Amino acid sequence: MSRASGPSTTRRSPTLVIGCVLAGAIVAVAIVSLFWMPFPQDDTSGGRLAPPALPHLLGTDKLGRDLLTQLMIGARIALTAGIGSVALGGVLGVTAGLLAGFATRWLDDTISALLDILIAFPTLLLAMLVVAAREASLGSAILAIGLAMSAIVARLTRVLVKRVLAEDFITASRTSGTSWPRVVIEHVLPNIWPTLLVNLALQLGLAVLAEASLSYLGLGAPPPNASWGRMLQEAQATVLTAPLGAVAPGVVLVVLVVGVNLLADGLRDVADPTRRRRR
Amino acid sequence: MNVLDVTGLTVKSADGRALVSDVSFTIHSGARLGLIGESGSGKSLTALAIMGLAPAGMTVSGSVVLDAPGLVRTEVVGAAERHLNGLRGRAATVVFQEPLTALDPLMKIGSQLAEPLRRVRGLRGAALRTAVIAALEEVRLADPGRIAKAYPHEVSGGQRQRVAIAMALACEPALLIADEPTTALDVTVQAEVLALLDGLVSARGMALLFISHDLAVVAGVTDDVLVLKDGVAVESGNVLDIVNAPRHPYTRELVGSARQLDGALDWSPR
Amino acid sequence: MTSAILEARGAGFAYRRAAPVLADVSIEVTPGRGVALVGESGAGKTTLLRLLLGLMRPTSGRILFDGAELSPRDRVQMRAFRRSVQTVFQDPYSSLDPRQRVGRIVAEPLRSLGLPAPASRRMDVAEMVAEALRAVGLPPDAAHRYPHEFSGGQRQRVAIARAIVCEPRVLLADEPVSALDVSTRVRIVDLLAELRETRGLTVVMVSHDLAVVATLCQHTAVLERGRIVEQGDTAAVLGSPRHPYTRRLIDSVPRLPPRASQARS
Repeated sequence: MSRASGPSTTRRSPTLVIGCVLAGAIVAVAIVSLFWMPFPQDDTSGGRLAPPALPHLLGTDKLGRDLLTQLMIGARIALTAGIGSVALGGVLGVTAGLLAGFATRWLDDTISALLDILIAFPTLLLAMLVVAAREASLGSAILAIGLAMSAIVARLTRVLVKRVLAEDFITASRTSGTSWPRVVIEHVLPNIWPTLLVNLALQLGLAVLAEASLSYLGLGAPPPNASWGRMLQEAQATVLTAPLGAVAPGVVLVVLVVGVNLLADGLRDVADPTRRRRR
Repeated sequence: MNVLDVTGLTVKSADGRALVSDVSFTIHSGARLGLIGESGSGKSLTALAIMGLAPAGMTVSGSVVLDAPGLVRTEVVGAAERHLNGLRGRAATVVFQEPLTALDPLMKIGSQLAEPLRRVRGLRGAALRTAVIAALEEVRLADPGRIAKAYPHEVSGGQRQRVAIAMALACEPALLIADEPTTALDVTVQAEVLALLDGLVSARGMALLFISHDLAVVAGVTDDVLVLKDGVAVESGNVLDIVNAPRHPYTRELVGSARQLDGALDWSPR
Repeated sequence: MTSAILEARGAGFAYRRAAPVLADVSIEVTPGRGVALVGESGAGKTTLLRLLLGLMRPTSGRILFDGAELSPRDRVQMRAFRRSVQTVFQDPYSSLDPRQRVGRIVAEPLRSLGLPAPASRRMDVAEMVAEALRAVGLPPDAAHRYPHEFSGGQRQRVAIARAIVCEPRVLLADEPVSALDVSTRVRIVDLLAELRETRGLTVVMVSHDLAVVATLCQHTAVLERGRIVEQGDTAAVLGSPRHPYTRRLIDSVPRLPPRASQARS
């Protein structure tokens, strides 16, 4: 009879806990990097490709920069890229999706056609166009990833809105005299946000990967900013002699993406009142 | 001879709750039994268990023996899927509540109907086409040629249910299980489909297990009924006896409710 | 004769370049006289209901509320209309927002209509919700629970509580019991009959279930393919039908075998 309580929810969703721990670790590292780093970003005093040993805990890269420092900066960039793209893609996508969901047949068809074109457009090509128009920077990467993401989010939002609008409780709400804006705030958004949130969390993982790919190809944040993707690319040539240079960014990338995905799965369980049914 | 012999049938959900508990009944060849229950009574689950189609994760125990003429007497509970496939259709078959879900939406009605006719009767070519039209005529579908060429969504709910019945009959089953076959239909269409079902079952000498929540509908189709509540058979016997003198409190409530609504339709002066 | 609260006058509805769904329907809802709209699928019952609810506008004819033509642009009129005319739907699973607690669901008409008038408002909303829940036979603590914690019949009670909380004059019910089990069905019909008596509610019901119609409504209109083929006192329409379709409808209703005692006498 009582409400679902916080602790029991987390106990029943171990994926949420593990996801929080993994993603939280990376977030913590990124925050720490704002205040303290083992070495300055462009300090090359450690010599090239030094093996892991104090004071260079993870060794150095081929230019003699401290690997741990690079990883910490990379965490900041990966998170900025992920959160930035999700914010951009989320705002654009949800707005367009709501518009299409409520629109008349004609407008809906037009928006849907545009979304289909945008989805069919490869993210990489989009990124190259953005970079060509602006320059290779973190902002360009976020713009390209966010735009590509917005189409996917918009299409999902549109379907969710349509489904909710078909429910009788929407008609009941209208016959109660509720205005359309209030119907959206009271019924439509609460019923679509759990699914949207889960999807946005998954998109965040994909955005982090996309940023790494763009950086790997030189379309992301320019040097000397250490992005995990570019670290991987730079370590490629020396992967046999100094494997840690490639393995370390790879591992943190996997930790962050897996953590975010688990977080998304866990959110799904927590967000739905019908899933927290008690015995 | 008993076409169907159910003894101590129990179906448990994955978390161990008994959804059907210790239900027993038999149906002689050519006989009819009504299974009455409200939502959650386990009546549809019983039908699925008889076909060996209980949803994954559920455990079925007890005994369900199908014994159709010309087929090997088979214990359904615990039987191999491969073995049951040969039995389904021939020994027993089901007509469901919503024919739209029972028919393949991407296949023309004629082709769907042809499949069991080819499999069971071994028909091919022109003979098969004639048999399809004959099967549609048998369920009194006007213009069977047009219906055969239509997709399920292109015909009305009543017509779809007739097609579903035709498909069930095409297998020439010894036992027909009708699971709320008219609940989704309009009342005038329901009357027609019930009359059709009644006539066909009699003409073919099939046994019938008729499942419904509606006492009045069951009373019009079968002579004997079994009342299910929360998976337990609370009462069974002749339908007239049960309607006139229910013994179990639940049956009494059920009959009382049905009587109250039925009474509202008595316009003749008292 | 009392004047009609709600009236369809020669109302019709057609989608562009299609045969009309509804044609020339005239029906009156007068206080205290429940109206049943009887018919089968495709008869236009739901379209007529949506016209009467002001959710769609007729493409011909008029819908009148308290003698004035219903116009969605007239905010004052719409507010009075929404307050006077409330609805109950067929599917109690779709008609309650799964993410709101019952208390919030029942209070929605109050919130949207700004009832009761300001001063000490918060307290009054809670009281009115509790009163509505009590009237439909639900425990007070139901307000704190979510719809999924209730059975179909209880959900329908919640929906009825939402419909009566702002004390409307007319309740438009779309097949309110056809999704329920027989014993639950009887209880909800009894509840609606009780509310009709105690609250002076006029029930307008779309249904294919003649037994329910006969219990709840004094006036019956039979719809066939978008037209009213017969209407009048329920006893007259169902007792001595004149139109062949009405007769066929009545003859199709499955009946219980007569009581043994009656059969003998």
